[in-house]
Amino acid sequence: MPEVLKAPLVVEFPFTRSLGPVQSAFLTGLRERVVLGVRTTDGRTLVPPVEYDPRTAEEIHDLVEVAPTGTVTTWAWNHEPRRGQPLDTPFAWVLVRLDGADTALLHALAAPGPDAVHTGMRVRVRWAGERTGAITDIACFEPYDAEPGQPGNHSGEFTEPLTGIVAPARLDYTYSPGRAQSAYIHALSEQRTVGERCPSCRKVYVPPRGACPTCGVATAEQVEVGPRGTVTTFCIVNIKARNLDIEVPYVYAHIALDGADLALHARIGGIPYDQVRMGLRVEPVWTEGARYPDHYRPTGEPDADYDTYKELL
Amino acid sequence: MTREIAVVAFAQTDHRRSTEESSEVEMLMPVLHGALAQTGLRTADIGFTCSGSSDYLAGRAFSFTLALDGVGAWPPVSESHVEMDGAWALYEAWTKLLTGDADTALVYSYGKCSPGSVRDVLTRQLDPYYLAPLWPDSVALAALQAQALMDAGHTDEPALAAVGARSRADATANPHAQLKGPQPHGDYVVRPLRTGDCPPVSDGAAAVILAAGERARQLCERPAWIRGIDHRIEAHGLGVRDLTDSPSARLAAERAGAFERPVDTAELHAPFTSQEVILRRALRLGDDVRVNPSGGALAANPVMAAGLVRIGEAAARVHRGESDRALAHATSGPCLQQNLVAVLEGDPR
Ligand SMILES: [Zn+2]
Repeated sequence: MPEVLKAPLVVEFPFTRSLGPVQSAFLTGLRERVVLGVRTTDGRTLVPPVEYDPRTAEEIHDLVEVAPTGTVTTWAWNHEPRRGQPLDTPFAWVLVRLDGADTALLHALAAPGPDAVHTGMRVRVRWAGERTGAITDIACFEPYDAEPGQPGNHSGEFTEPLTGIVAPARLDYTYSPGRAQSAYIHALSEQRTVGERCPSCRKVYVPPRGACPTCGVATAEQVEVGPRGTVTTFCIVNIKARNLDIEVPYVYAHIALDGADLALHARIGGIPYDQVRMGLRVEPVWTEGARYPDHYRPTGEPDADYDTYKELL
Repeated sequence: MTREIAVVAFAQTDHRRSTEESSEVEMLMPVLHGALAQTGLRTADIGFTCSGSSDYLAGRAFSFTLALDGVGAWPPVSESHVEMDGAWALYEAWTKLLTGDADTALVYSYGKCSPGSVRDVLTRQLDPYYLAPLWPDSVALAALQAQALMDAGHTDEPALAAVGARSRADATANPHAQLKGPQPHGDYVVRPLRTGDCPPVSDGAAAVILAAGERARQLCERPAWIRGIDHRIEAHGLGVRDLTDSPSARLAAERAGAFERPVDTAELHAPFTSQEVILRRALRLGDDVRVNPSGGALAANPVMAAGLVRIGEAAARVHRGESDRALAHATSGPCLQQNLVAVLEGDPR
């Protein structure tokens, strides 16, 4: 078995999310160093506040300010903070019931060590220096021994309330394509295109994914196909893709390589875009050191008969 | 008139820390074939196919559509997918069979945790406004729950260590388990949870076949009849919930009929030792109930498949005559937020 191919893969999005009126007031409040809860119809105060009562599903909007001090209801010592977490030195995760609230808020507690933390301990908000209207405007909680803070009487009305947040998310992976695709990629690096044949229906899949989607069985027999093939269908690309240095317009085509029962797709070059046609015979063009063909170009052969590729459309 | 529906076949992979040599469909296919082979059915005989998985685990967009290659989805099959554990795919298949639209269903799920960091990946299922920006990982949230449980006097560290030890000891009899035999309770991961309280990081897949009525009797010598199945969910906000209890698991069990008569076996989807303590209380399982003879999720935790594996393991014990009435449980979300309970029975012997 050839070596397993691996490559780093980063999936990263800045999620843009709109806020409901209660969420907007809460996050705008954090920006202004005010902690707001929402009152349910049965008189409980939820912090962090939500748009709908989790018990009754009623829409709720009665905002009430709570104190920036509170009590730890449970905790967990995190000696190895991970990327993105509120503190980069060891800290305690805590659920904190703020004075005036009936529910608890999840955040970090700055403390010298686990021996300094216990359920029931008193804490207060430590505000971030720079606040934008996000849960991270609370930098963390810190131990606090004095009198409970006094909540103000904020109405929840702010000038310039937030209407949305941008929440960046990033996950890191090590991608490995599996047996069939690894074999395909290995062969490509030797400028050969190798598909796999289904033991049941005998179709040759390029690129192979390890299974015949018709028969639901594993493919294993390797079959070299091409290098020449036939354009089965194509489109003309008129919009330049980001990070792609190809002049538009250009042609992107489905190409049935000789011997393959599935068309792969690639760019067509070496011919004006408006002369590309179904049935055009093409061959791969390799560039120095590349692991896959840069594009396909006309071979100069007569066009293929429609009947020879109509099943591959 | 309700139809009788049973689990008639179950197959699973050996669960491993990494399956980097296989794509998801390559990992899944032997399991699909294994389940079909137990019944003699071919893909074309299956009335409905339903799967559960999450593309976030391996960072592969639309991997569930690629996984369909392993089913043989041409000509088109009647198919559905849930971005959840396969136990919920089984629930959908069960309802499909109840309608009479199909007599057989293939349910499968897979999880490849090895390409990413599953602790971090699972933060992305949290409330995106108040929780996700803090990146509280799955162990941290379970640790908050474990501490609450200790504060309430329901458990302590030695008791949790015993849950882990029993699970890995039982797993020695399970050829598919990943973490088995004596394991140290280990260092804290997030205190109070130690390595021994946490599940291994696993890649794996599972498949189950359901059949209705007489069809089930034809396909399986002793079908595992689903006497009841239900799932319930709690509020998303952790600070709104009583983390020491699982009212959703209890309600699901009640609706599934679990409390009508005692069960002899329970397969609980408790990735953390502390969660088994909560579930035993919520589901009123006495000391005479055999809990997680497979080793449970503490012995192998292919996320998105581990719940379906619980139903499969419970059913397989009924098939083999080792259980007459078993409870199977699956969970989803942080700190046992959502819970599914199924009650499986064999015909009287
Ligand atoms: Zn085939």
